[in-house]
Amino acid sequence: MAARAGLAEDEQYQVAMAVREAAVNAVLHGNAYDPGKRFMVAYETTTDALVITISDQGKGLDPASLPDPLAPENLMKGSGRGIFLIRAFMDEVKIRNTNPGTEIILIKHTGRSAAKAKEEAQ
Amino acid sequence: MSMKATNRQVDGVSIVDMSGRITLGEGSVVLRDTIRDLIGKGEKKILLNLGDVTYIDSSGIGELVSAFTAVRREGGELKLLKLTKKVHDLLQITKLYTVFDIKDDEAAAIKAFTK
Repeated sequence: MAARAGLAEDEQYQVAMAVREAAVNAVLHGNAYDPGKRFMVAYETTTDALVITISDQGKGLDPASLPDPLAPENLMKGSGRGIFLIRAFMDEVKIRNTNPGTEIILIKHTGRSAAKAKEEAQ
Repeated sequence: MSMKATNRQVDGVSIVDMSGRITLGEGSVVLRDTIRDLIGKGEKKILLNLGDVTYIDSSGIGELVSAFTAVRREGGELKLLKLTKKVHDLLQITKLYTVFDIKDDEAAAIKAFTK
């Protein structure tokens, strides 16, 4: 999917890692392993981005409440790095409460928009 | 590929050669059990060789941190050996690169343990 969208190998790895982390979050923290709850993954490739949407039917997530894993008091904790890594590996991440549940949208720019984004970052 | 961990002893250091994926579930559990077993045997010098670890997720990173703190709590030392670029980058992103003592050379890593 990421390869077909024209992403380089290291970007494919980043997307795969972000999707895996989001899927684990949906099943583990969102649906809390409840077999009666579903989680969904959808993706689309636009002219300038790969967009992946992962949603669960859990209690919902307030992104503002997530502790910063880089803070000295959290650095040596054994968990709490999933969303941080997703943000590090994707170009845009949107999290929204769907009551009940959480929807996370992962966006990786491709082609010209990726080149433009890199140019702006320099 | 599931995770494998094999132990060997060199000059009083327990070297754990790990290969495969350290991810939520099996990989993280193998790492946790291996460290718990070594601590239980009174091992104080543990070197985790990650040279053949192909993939690690946030759960695996957390397990490495937990291993580090568990060994230190018992008065021991845990060092990492031979990081792949992906694992190296993950530890940098998460600011853990400077927390761990990381070596590229096994002999140098063994010497670096306090006597």
